[in-house]
Amino acid sequence: MTDTAACPGCLARPADLAQPAVTPSQTLYVSLPQIHCAGCIAGVENTLTAIPGVASARVNLTQRRARIEAQGHIVTATLIAALTAKGYDARALNPEALAATQNDAAGRDLLLRLAIAGFATMNVMLLSVAVWSGATDATRQMFHWISAAIAVPAVAYAARPFFASAAAALMARRGNMDVPIAMAILLAMGHSIYEVLLGGHHAYFDAALSLTFFLLIGRYLDHCSRRAARSAADELAALEPPRATRITPKGDQQVAVDALAIGDMIRATPGTRLAIDGIIRRGRTDLDRALLTGEAMPAPATTGDAVHAGEIVLTGTLEVEVTQPAKHSTLNQLKSLVEVAERARSRYTSLADKAATAYVPLVHALAVLAFIGWYAATGDLRVALNIAVTVLIITCPCAMGLAIPAVSTVATSKLFRAGVLVKSATALERLCDIDTVIFDKTGTLTEGQPKLVNTVADAVLALAAGLGQGSAHPLSQALVAEAKTRDLTPTTVDNLQEHPGQGVSGTSQGRTVKLGNAAWLNTPEADGMATYLSDTRGQIHHFAFTDSLRDGAAKAVAALQTDGLKTVLLSGDRHANAARIAAEVGIPETLAEVTPAQKSTTIADRAGHTLMIGDGLNDTAALGAAHVSMSPAAAVDASRAVSDVVLMHGSLTRIPDTLSIARQARKRMQENLWLATAYNAIAIPIALAGFVTPLIAALAMSGSSIVVSLNALRIRSTP
Amino acid sequence: MNILVILIPASLILGALGLIAFCWALRKGQFQDPDGNAARILTKDHDDAPPL
Repeated sequence: MTDTAACPGCLARPADLAQPAVTPSQTLYVSLPQIHCAGCIAGVENTLTAIPGVASARVNLTQRRARIEAQGHIVTATLIAALTAKGYDARALNPEALAATQNDAAGRDLLLRLAIAGFATMNVMLLSVAVWSGATDATRQMFHWISAAIAVPAVAYAARPFFASAAAALMARRGNMDVPIAMAILLAMGHSIYEVLLGGHHAYFDAALSLTFFLLIGRYLDHCSRRAARSAADELAALEPPRATRITPKGDQQVAVDALAIGDMIRATPGTRLAIDGIIRRGRTDLDRALLTGEAMPAPATTGDAVHAGEIVLTGTLEVEVTQPAKHSTLNQLKSLVEVAERARSRYTSLADKAATAYVPLVHALAVLAFIGWYAATGDLRVALNIAVTVLIITCPCAMGLAIPAVSTVATSKLFRAGVLVKSATALERLCDIDTVIFDKTGTLTEGQPKLVNTVADAVLALAAGLGQGSAHPLSQALVAEAKTRDLTPTTVDNLQEHPGQGVSGTSQGRTVKLGNAAWLNTPEADGMATYLSDTRGQIHHFAFTDSLRDGAAKAVAALQTDGLKTVLLSGDRHANAARIAAEVGIPETLAEVTPAQKSTTIADRAGHTLMIGDGLNDTAALGAAHVSMSPAAAVDASRAVSDVVLMHGSLTRIPDTLSIARQARKRMQENLWLATAYNAIAIPIALAGFVTPLIAALAMSGSSIVVSLNALRIRSTP
Repeated sequence: MNILVILIPASLILGALGLIAFCWALRKGQFQDPDGNAARILTKDHDDAPPL
């Protein structure tokens, strides 16, 4: 062995010794939603480092993304192509938009505060044990002073999030859970310092610190449970901005859409999603408008027709004149519709806020009463103050602070494992309120992929599939797929030629054959989605299609209806199509041919609380207006960004599952609040009677926090 | 009881050492990718410290 082995055990050595050094000049990020094991890490990293010009690649399995150091000429598309070829699902990320979240600064900050609070709590608790066991006079005084020396800086640093949040709430003249928390911590500290200065018996440094420690655990759990969801949401914002190909006298240029001006000409090749509004100046095509209008069937378009941002060019190359700057495009108008809808969404008061508004004044009133009562009875200011302060310390909503984050952490992580991403903090609570579920049609209830429905002879289908191979049109692709499932070999067709907006032609057995729309083949048009074949003898065959239902659609609708929820179908597609799908899945109420704005107002005007499930751009405003919103993972970025919940897996049966977990979660939250209240109901009389010692305070506080956390964990074990 | 003069500082210093070690690990990015670290230990490839 002449190699410089870094590890004598496995003879592995640094990979960079084997490769010429590459000086990286840029950092790129790729999102890898599917990776899950050590094999994936090695596969992705090896695939990426094998690309010439890539200096290093590092996968982060927790965030499901890779960071690549590469030379300037490398573009993300190259990396993605290499990964896709190896079978890894990869998406581009915008490095600038990610930079802020990359290091999870907030999580590190919380963890540091937690570590310091934990260290201080341990030490002060040990010193307190000595005091509780009967240390007196000088020893007790010394232990108290050491405790103070540890506790004061530790609380000042670790409890700052609570102080900041309480101060913000008070400034806005609101009460939240952090107000009594901050107050209890400050009072416990102030009171203890005062007692130590006077040489008193009781100091509550341990109580102040353990409070801070337990509550920080709650905060950190809360942060972690939504970190996965939040980084997914950041990725949506970070997806690379759309680009367009501008036609200039010097040749085609790739430019960001923001750089396009009115009158610019752009080129759109098959498969591109248009990023601006414009008019076709040259070329014919079939436009997939499903995202904008909900129509499942592509529409033909030709010179002089208007095109809109969000539409996908399926066939033929277009030259489009820009008629609107990118920020006024149809797409961006929809975005402003979303903003309006979201502003109108009534501000939801969470369970924790409701509990806090009931709890805070009550506790403070009790403390004041205790002070007045004891001062009147004994005339001793110090005793009265002592008791009022212990009431506030013992009623500090430590368990209440944990009650809700602990439950939502357990519930969201359970849902995350089942492929449901909960993005909003209060989404689980809001899900329990709903009485109506509104579905979008194309892409939500259906796959958005046509499927052949009428009976066709094998020979005819084989010929149609042979022609269909020449086109990216979804109906052609559906014919090819159908031939494959029937184990047919597509007939060989020569001279395949695509006629954008019309169909495909070719020659078979020396005769012209055509597959295309009714007008092109001079034949009467049938209802619904259909295409026509003119065979070697000039005979016309008709193929009818339907949009196939998404996995679990009928089951999910049935489960929701058994739950007593109303189901509604809201679609931009034609009445006939919408009604047929509604009948197929068993939805009784259908609203079709609605515009995006109508969708939004329909939801806003409905009485009760609605859950909107949609995927298209035409749904985004409706998603924003609904009480809770969900979108499938295949939805457009804007829809997923607006939604509270994203379904990462295909099956719609996750919807009733999510609802049942949300209900369990709310039940546990309420139980936890009752548990915390019960503990207060026992502790307050003891405090009012003046029997509370630091030992009792510490026991009660830890005891209730542990009970509440254990209760939250029960969600994990229930199916 | 004089032994306390030694024991209390000793316990505090040991605790503080633990705290410093934790802060160091946090700053070095050791909590950035816990899932990945758990998986990487099973691979045979040489693996340097995570980049910051």
